[in-house]
Amino acid sequence: MTWFKKKKLKPAASEKKVVTSKGLWDKCKNCREIIYKKEIEKNFRVCPKCNYHFRITAEERIRIVADTESFREMDADLVSSDPIHFRDSRKYRDRLKEGEKRTGKKDALLCGDARIDGLPVILAVFDFAFMGGSMGSVVGEKIVRGMERALTRKMPFISFASSGGARMQEGIVSLMQMAKTSAAVARLGKAGVPFISVLTDPTFGGVTASFAMLGDVIIAEPRALIGFAGPRVIEQTIREKLPEGFQRAEFLLEHGMVDMIVERRELKNTLAGLVRMFGHEL
Amino acid sequence: MANNYLDFEKPILDLENKIEELNQISTIEGRDVSEELRRLRKKLDQLRKNVYSNLTPWQKTLLARHAQRPNILDYVSLMMEEFYELHGDRTYGDDPAIITGLARLEGSPVAVVGHRKGKNTRENIERNFGMPAPEGYRKALRIMKLAEKFKIPVITFIDTPGAYPGIGAEERGQGEAIARNLYEMSCLKTPVVVVVSGEGGSGGALAIGVGDSILILENAVYSVISPESCSSILWRETSRAEDAARALKMTAQDLKELGVVDRILPEPVGGAHRNYEEMGATLKEALLEVLEDLRRIPPEQLVAKRLERFRKIGAC
Ligand SMILES: [Zn+2]
Repeated sequence: MTWFKKKKLKPAASEKKVVTSKGLWDKCKNCREIIYKKEIEKNFRVCPKCNYHFRITAEERIRIVADTESFREMDADLVSSDPIHFRDSRKYRDRLKEGEKRTGKKDALLCGDARIDGLPVILAVFDFAFMGGSMGSVVGEKIVRGMERALTRKMPFISFASSGGARMQEGIVSLMQMAKTSAAVARLGKAGVPFISVLTDPTFGGVTASFAMLGDVIIAEPRALIGFAGPRVIEQTIREKLPEGFQRAEFLLEHGMVDMIVERRELKNTLAGLVRMFGHEL
Repeated sequence: MANNYLDFEKPILDLENKIEELNQISTIEGRDVSEELRRLRKKLDQLRKNVYSNLTPWQKTLLARHAQRPNILDYVSLMMEEFYELHGDRTYGDDPAIITGLARLEGSPVAVVGHRKGKNTRENIERNFGMPAPEGYRKALRIMKLAEKFKIPVITFIDTPGAYPGIGAEERGQGEAIARNLYEMSCLKTPVVVVVSGEGGSGGALAIGVGDSILILENAVYSVISPESCSSILWRETSRAEDAARALKMTAQDLKELGVVDRILPEPVGGAHRNYEEMGATLKEALLEVLEDLRRIPPEQLVAKRLERFRKIGAC
């Protein structure tokens, strides 16, 4: 089962910039080694020296787990209606525009049909670069629509979380997306449609405390930070330093909160294998 | 009880003191001050009306957090008979920040589940300021499943700053515990009435907040984040909590407009803590009405309606 061999990964949009001598190299945030960029890309955006898993865009994620060109995005045009007309020092609408400029997306999640090793699935992928991957009405709605499609088509639903939590700028409407997405998982569960949740760096707050922790199988990426409360909030509350490795994927595994930690290079393989286990063969 | 008063209530307190003084003078000196008293009392009524009908979102937040605000146990004793508190999640422990139990409301059994803040420092330390740990949410779920099994309606009371952010809470799966409650409550086959009675603090509040009918007290608040945290994150200074409270649309009236709550219950003048009996009676009447309606709906249909209700929120 080596459907990974020879599958070429296209460089991400952000990497297509003019190649300067500086642009050819990247510094690993973990081991601080200077590494040839192409080498990182070939290695699924994982540091070849220390196995640090770089944060990746939703598009890169899809390229890594889905069969080439198999992803068909749904509901790409959903835009927040700014339900509470929010503004702090800036207007929420301006923050949305900035997120769009930065990521080319209208909100923090891509959802659509895809194939993994030929198996039809629905993928929902967060993009942390869009307002910290926060979940507001659009993210919640896309997830639920995706789950509803999975329900009617009896296709497995797979999510990749990377989020700071509920989106403050949509107030109570964001909070309610937690209930809305969790209720949709319940409907999948009752219908026997598999839901696999992949937690990537970082996953926090209202995303952890809703659909993301409700997968039939929960997978985490190595060293991903995952929790309910953010480490800074905890530190301020208990007035203590947090222990080494706190809220890392390995910590969650040790405490029984996730099923397994899977390296990015093995992710596609593992997802396909699990989907087959649940009876979704080709 | 001067410590009962919030800053914006000071003019009321001053006037009350003046009336009290005048009363004493009249008893001691035997002077007739009835005319003066009548005038001041009228002024006091007017002042109260002015202050309490024009509360800002931040002032409501302070009222919602008032230390003397009635809590779940007060409501149980004000409205219900025969209360059996039930303890523990059968897995790890018993969380005093959440109260669960069985009681009778006008003779009919109900399951009650709610946050429990303290009214003073000692109680607050005991109850962890009403901030539950995962075992609190798991206890709540256990009692709700128990209620479903015996076809007993559930009444939940929301009053928490939020789920506790601590090392143990994370180790034992705070996120999973909240998520599991959302999942299970969404399809619980018994009526669930949610009462936002005080402070609705984010996911820690919602974890017992998925229901068929959501009532909120006039001065209660419910928000995705506290105004203080919102201020320090978005304005990058802690002093903008008042602005954040306004921007977050977290008052009962805002939430009704957004379709998140069904009904606002009036509080006694000055807030629920000024008249426990009146507040208890108002809430009891509303609960009886709501439960009568919900009891008529077959469980399957109840669940379908509940799912539909949450499905619609923020549908683009
Ligand atoms: Zn490295």
